[in-house]
Amino acid sequence: MDAESLLLSLELASGSGQGLSPDRRASLLTSLLLVKRDYRYSRVLFWGRILGLVTDYYIAQGLIEDQLAPRKTLYSLNCMEWSLLPPATEEMVEQTSVVKGRFMGDPSHEYEHVDLQKVNDGDKVFEEEIVVRIKEETRLVSIIDQIDKAVAVIPRGALFKTPFGPVHVNRTFEGLSMSEAKKLSSYFHFREPVELKNKTLLEKADLDPSLDFMDSLENDIPKGSWSIQMERGNALVVLRSLLWPGLTFYHTPGTKNCGYIYVGTGEKNIDLPFML
Amino acid sequence: MEDSTAQKQEKENQESGEEERPWGEITAASSQDFKSGLSEPLESEQGPETEPYSRSSPPGSPQSRDSAPLGDLTGPGASSPPSPPEEPSSTPPLALSGQGLEAPRQAHPNHSVIPEAETPHSDHLKQSSDIGELTHLTCQSTGNAFPQFQQTNGHLYEPRDVSCSNSKQKELRFDIFQEEDSNSNYDLDEAEPETAPSVLETAIQNAKAYLLKTSSQSGLNLYDHLSNMLTKILDERPENAVDIIENISQDVKMAHFSKKLDTLQNENEMLPTYEIAEKQKALFLQGHLEGADQELEDEIAGNSLPNVMESAFYFEQAGVGLGTDETYRVFLALKQLTDTHPIQRCRFWGKILGLEMNYIVAEAELRDGEDEEEAEEEDVTEERDNEDSEGEEDDELPRSFYKAPQAIPKEESRTGANKYVYFVCNEPGRPWVKLPSVTPAQIVIARQIKKFFTGRLGTPIISYPPFPGDESNYLRAQIARISAGTHVSPLGFYQFSEEEGEEEEEVEGGRDSFEENPDFEGIQVVDLVESLSNWVHHVQHILPQGRCNWFNPIQKSEEEEEDDDEEKEEKEFDYIEQEVGPPLLTPISEDLEIQSIPPWTTRLCSNLIPQYAIAVLRSNLWPGAYAFCNGKREINFSY
Repeated sequence: MDAESLLLSLELASGSGQGLSPDRRASLLTSLLLVKRDYRYSRVLFWGRILGLVTDYYIAQGLIEDQLAPRKTLYSLNCMEWSLLPPATEEMVEQTSVVKGRFMGDPSHEYEHVDLQKVNDGDKVFEEEIVVRIKEETRLVSIIDQIDKAVAVIPRGALFKTPFGPVHVNRTFEGLSMSEAKKLSSYFHFREPVELKNKTLLEKADLDPSLDFMDSLENDIPKGSWSIQMERGNALVVLRSLLWPGLTFYHTPGTKNCGYIYVGTGEKNIDLPFML
Repeated sequence: MEDSTAQKQEKENQESGEEERPWGEITAASSQDFKSGLSEPLESEQGPETEPYSRSSPPGSPQSRDSAPLGDLTGPGASSPPSPPEEPSSTPPLALSGQGLEAPRQAHPNHSVIPEAETPHSDHLKQSSDIGELTHLTCQSTGNAFPQFQQTNGHLYEPRDVSCSNSKQKELRFDIFQEEDSNSNYDLDEAEPETAPSVLETAIQNAKAYLLKTSSQSGLNLYDHLSNMLTKILDERPENAVDIIENISQDVKMAHFSKKLDTLQNENEMLPTYEIAEKQKALFLQGHLEGADQELEDEIAGNSLPNVMESAFYFEQAGVGLGTDETYRVFLALKQLTDTHPIQRCRFWGKILGLEMNYIVAEAELRDGEDEEEAEEEDVTEERDNEDSEGEEDDELPRSFYKAPQAIPKEESRTGANKYVYFVCNEPGRPWVKLPSVTPAQIVIARQIKKFFTGRLGTPIISYPPFPGDESNYLRAQIARISAGTHVSPLGFYQFSEEEGEEEEEVEGGRDSFEENPDFEGIQVVDLVESLSNWVHHVQHILPQGRCNWFNPIQKSEEEEEDDDEEKEEKEFDYIEQEVGPPLLTPISEDLEIQSIPPWTTRLCSNLIPQYAIAVLRSNLWPGAYAFCNGKREINFSY
């Protein structure tokens, strides 16, 4: 959610039950402003909170003008001092996929993972156990990256793509209409499109290249991994991801307010197909 | 006003008697010809616009025009295009029909059409410009339109004024037209002294009134149809519009009928919002229904409602909560619950998120004697089962020797897992539904399955192993498990009520009642955070059997056995170990770890102001269960 409309956004997203305490809110308001100035971002988003056993991580992201460019991620333990996280790499994601369980809450904590590797020693081949140490920071980076790639949501029309390439915030975006807001197809993944090229020419003909340049949510597998609800009658639409429980996307139809926040333990719900 | 205008025009038409004029030209001079001349200025203004209509009238015939009546005619005409569905009945019949004006009639475009500067009619324009006051008819930018409206001759300009075919402009013009219309009657009179304009205007008005005449078959009128058509053409700018003009005309006619649906849909979209707002308004108003005094007494005396707002404040410190106004609405809904049902004590238990809708759960204790009805119903069903089984004995089919493990009867109300009664509703303002009591079988299976809630209580749960019941039973079972697992309180807050001889009895008795300890002094918040042994469970643990109090199925079966089964009975007799669970009020430090993660996380909610901070306990087994304590008070909350 945008740091500028933080209070309103937190109020709208509060239906999920998790929010922020008043002191955290106050500290976020001040510190995010400073972050924006220091790092010269055009927009700072408060990404959410990852619950750890000892402490929680508060995550923020900074964007430059081009909305789809890779974002810089920052984390903080007390909402005041922010540290930059390194960008995620494929390697990191693979490494951390073996770590299970909750986050500890201590960024320097190391997980130990025992890996069996074959070692050639002359003619003998035997397996040796190698203990691989994975830092929690790495795990944090890769989880945030996975969540962003999987479930960050933006409504159709909020961003538009110029012919030169950069993606900008659409200042004339008035919000989705009532009927559009209830359909999953009017929400996109906030990331580089993956499935767009696979669409047939017929489907592509209906798309508007300046608005429909991202993947829509309705083709997510498994089907039904999004729960879409209207709160307060029709005044607020809330999308919750069932794949990464804790991600809430809210939008007020007819207005520009929209945003998503993740408050959770950072664990993917692998039981999803059985739970539906 | 249109009617009066038209009538006046009719009168004038009849008076002048000159009707046989082709549309083509406008001459300034002859005001006496203004009847037929009315039609021509109309035509000429729409000169460029009428081109697509393949006007048949030759542009040549000189006419005299009057600007003022024309303006008046365009006035009512202008009013109609902005609201075509509303006006078909209002168009005045025009006596011009008797005038034998030619094809130009059909070519009466709407005033919003842009003069596409189709030049052949520039000579019309020139002719129109001959008329002293019709100079404005020459295609000028629309910016000049409005000031010219002020002149009486400005009326004629309106059809010209088409460079921007915005509906907004149409509406603006519409407003001005209306004013002009009201003035038109006066204008007509005043225009009389001006020779050319008044004649022209009347002629124009006549023509327009004719165009506005409603068809007896379809309810449309030509003026509206032409204006719609031209708007559509100018919006879409098709190639070779003149060749497909008939198709366009048909499309416009068809589109005319589907327009009305849009407004209906808009209303539907907002309806659920209004409904829920109405229901919630009812929540707010319920307090004012009865006499204030009596209510206050009742409430203070038997206050069964907890202070939800206060707890919500504490939870907010911990970063948990529903948001202030939603919590307030829940509070009011709880009040409504206590008013409608005989409840001794109730508590906001929490909120469970579902796929389509969410559940708001309230935990309540009913007053004594209220739930006897349920017991009676169950007895009836049991008797029926017995009768059925007796009927089967007459069959000759081999009876199976399989004796299903006897269903463990559910616990009595008010004890064990059924100690509290739970009510749910989907949103504050909707009616509360009581959840059925839970049976041990349901709890056992609920432990093995993991399913999302949809939000509708009647949904069947399809799972393996099959769950006996539907979503309301599953919800109740989960609530029971969550309560048993996560409702905690600081050590010493509750104490056992003293009963003699309790410890000597079999475990069946157990300690299952407790009460608040009036001597509780509170534990330091810091202590609460540091050590989990300062917290204890105050809800009975649910045994693997599914009950809180151990039920030994073997004992009962001995009574019911039949003679045939003596042998079998011996075979089946095996010693079932008594299931023991941790007794009530055990500290939570004894809880098992989940895969090497401690089952609870404690936190001081604020690092910055420790003297007022509260201790928050978060369960790792049931994410979303929180308990807080600020030294004296404790409360639990789950979502």
